[in-house]
Amino acid sequence: MSAGDAAIPHEERRMAAPVPTVRIEPSHGWADLRLSDIWEYRELLYFLAWRDIKVRYKQTALGATWAILQPFLTMVVFSVFFGHLARMPSEGVPYPIFSFAALVPWTFFANGLTLSSNSLVANANLISKVYFPRLVVPIAGVLSGIVDFGLAFVVLLGMMAYYHVVPTVNVVLLPLFLLLALVTSLGVGIWLAALNVEFRDVRYVVPFLVQIWLFATPIAYASSLLHGPWRTLYGLNPMVGVVEGFRWALLGTRVDIGPSVAISAVVSLLLLITGALYFRRMERTFADVV
Amino acid sequence: MSDVAIQAEGLSKRYRIGTASGPYKTLRESLMAAPMRPLSVVKSRLGGARPESKRQEEIWALRDVSFEVRAGEVLGIIGRNGAGKSTLLKVLSRITEPTSGLADVHGRVGSLLEVGTGFHPELTGRENIFLNGAILGMKRAEIKARFDEIAAFAEIEQFLDTPVKRYSSGMYMRLAFSVAAHLEPEILIVDEVLAVGDASFQKKCLNKMEDVGRQGRTVIFVSHNMAAVTRLCQRAVLLVGGHVVDDGPAHRIVSSYMDAGMGISAMREWPDWRTAPGDDVARLRSVRVRTEGGQTVESVDIRQPVLIEVEYVNLQSTLRPTAVLHFFNDTGVCLFSSNDFTNREWWNAPRTPGIVRATCRIPGNFLAEGSIAVLAAISSYEPHVVHALERDAVSFQVVDHSTGDGARGPYGGTVPGLVRPMLEWDVDVEPAVPNAATG
Repeated sequence: MSAGDAAIPHEERRMAAPVPTVRIEPSHGWADLRLSDIWEYRELLYFLAWRDIKVRYKQTALGATWAILQPFLTMVVFSVFFGHLARMPSEGVPYPIFSFAALVPWTFFANGLTLSSNSLVANANLISKVYFPRLVVPIAGVLSGIVDFGLAFVVLLGMMAYYHVVPTVNVVLLPLFLLLALVTSLGVGIWLAALNVEFRDVRYVVPFLVQIWLFATPIAYASSLLHGPWRTLYGLNPMVGVVEGFRWALLGTRVDIGPSVAISAVVSLLLLITGALYFRRMERTFADVV
Repeated sequence: MSDVAIQAEGLSKRYRIGTASGPYKTLRESLMAAPMRPLSVVKSRLGGARPESKRQEEIWALRDVSFEVRAGEVLGIIGRNGAGKSTLLKVLSRITEPTSGLADVHGRVGSLLEVGTGFHPELTGRENIFLNGAILGMKRAEIKARFDEIAAFAEIEQFLDTPVKRYSSGMYMRLAFSVAAHLEPEILIVDEVLAVGDASFQKKCLNKMEDVGRQGRTVIFVSHNMAAVTRLCQRAVLLVGGHVVDDGPAHRIVSSYMDAGMGISAMREWPDWRTAPGDDVARLRSVRVRTEGGQTVESVDIRQPVLIEVEYVNLQSTLRPTAVLHFFNDTGVCLFSSNDFTNREWWNAPRTPGIVRATCRIPGNFLAEGSIAVLAAISSYEPHVVHALERDAVSFQVVDHSTGDGARGPYGGTVPGLVRPMLEWDVDVEPAVPNAATG
């Protein structure tokens, strides 16, 4: 190797980009979130989410139809038992669409939560062999649910057309409620993902948690069953805000959702921030433990 | 070119091991342990009950490791299993944090601790190229730009849209390595990647690594393949029990490591002749590996001659003792032996008591690369008697720098054979083209 050969490409590279410097040292206490790191690794985030989507239905006979079947069949069961037999009040809209409008964001939340809580353990080989901001893994788990959500949402629109439900102008705020579902799912997901690395019990807790949470959220029933301060307090479950928001924006249910949505948003953000902090604190030993 | 790429100061890494339930806890254990904790504190205060068992659960994989790597340098890290090599690479590639100490890394780091990290069997070759590229830190645009090159290098163009679970293991490895080989960070960290795959694949990896080194990029390379380390690296660091015990030119570190492993070196002396190997006819005094210039060497360029010098004491004048050398490669195969009775004049000369120095000259371009162990003996014939014998008396490394003028020529692959002589070839060309060849 002559010095001349080596010098040319080196100089070129140097002009192209400044050489980044990283200091490797032990971190102490609560680490800073370093969100810019995640931004830098956005392409990896994209590819991991894309991989999850690609792989999810690869060997299934029905493929992506599952994304629709899951909430749709639940809606059918709910409609038969709660709507038809128990005659649950559904705030003036047909019961099937009343429950489906809640099940679509719920499925997104529940799948994202399940995927992200198991994501670190599932990607153990990546974590022990390559460096990247670990938060990318659970975030990709939640984001990969967007496609499923999109498919189910199309079915929801079809059902609205079938039942002649016209969305109100509030529909422009719908993305905010989707974001609320995403933040909640991610907040809980990263808490559980970090705990799962150290305590494998989490794997057994998650299905149970999701089941309980489903009934603690006004999906099969209307939140107007609760009154006064109880309803506002109910907003402590962030999915209450999401579900009420979806119904309010799409179906035009006439409920005052303001207070509970506000509480939900605060709780959801708190979950996300504390989850991210806890995650960052635990992150330094993931590669050694996972 | 001379700026620092990596500066490590006092890097240490502690692992906790040996807990009964494995590395991770269950929630129940933690919950149960919480109320017990004050109790165990009291216990240990009172009776000093097993504080030492706590200590045993920790090991220091790295202890106070300091070194510097200059930009464009190819550094080899060698050491036995468990010496901390992999841990050091994990710390430098930010996979795990050090327990103490620090390292400044200047430049984008690409680490290759495993070939095919993140490959998904259900995805096609094409999809895996993008996924694996992203995992290794390539931008999508970079992967796109190099996609054809990657597919061509892996020789899998016609299977790009087949899920990799249907690939043969060879195809899988080629594809995985190909993606990694097209990674272009300023600093490349490579661990034992060459330990996988067949010999030809390993060679392909080695050649690619050599290219990387030539391009002036910084490479940190861990391998058990000492021939590869001497060939690729200018400098090497020897780790023993998490400590850096030696740092210097690769060939020197490798040969001292090999010697430490085998207990032999390029020079062996028996200062007191009464305890030296031998009998009342002859006793060994010293054996050494040297250059034509007389310098003791542990490694030689494959193109250069190497001399083995045997000194022994001849104690009598009736028998005619001669020096014998056997040469073994690192798999224990005896390559050849030689005896100083090939020197007819000496063979027929009468012996007188005194010190005899016999030197055997092995020409350049004759030995194959690798480590060579030498057995030295003093024998006499008619009848055949072995007076002194020392197995593994000395050893040395033969290094092929692949400069193109050796017997390997421009070829970078595996050169078969126990020796690598440079033979003469006659080549004739007939100007007429036979008819059959045109068809």
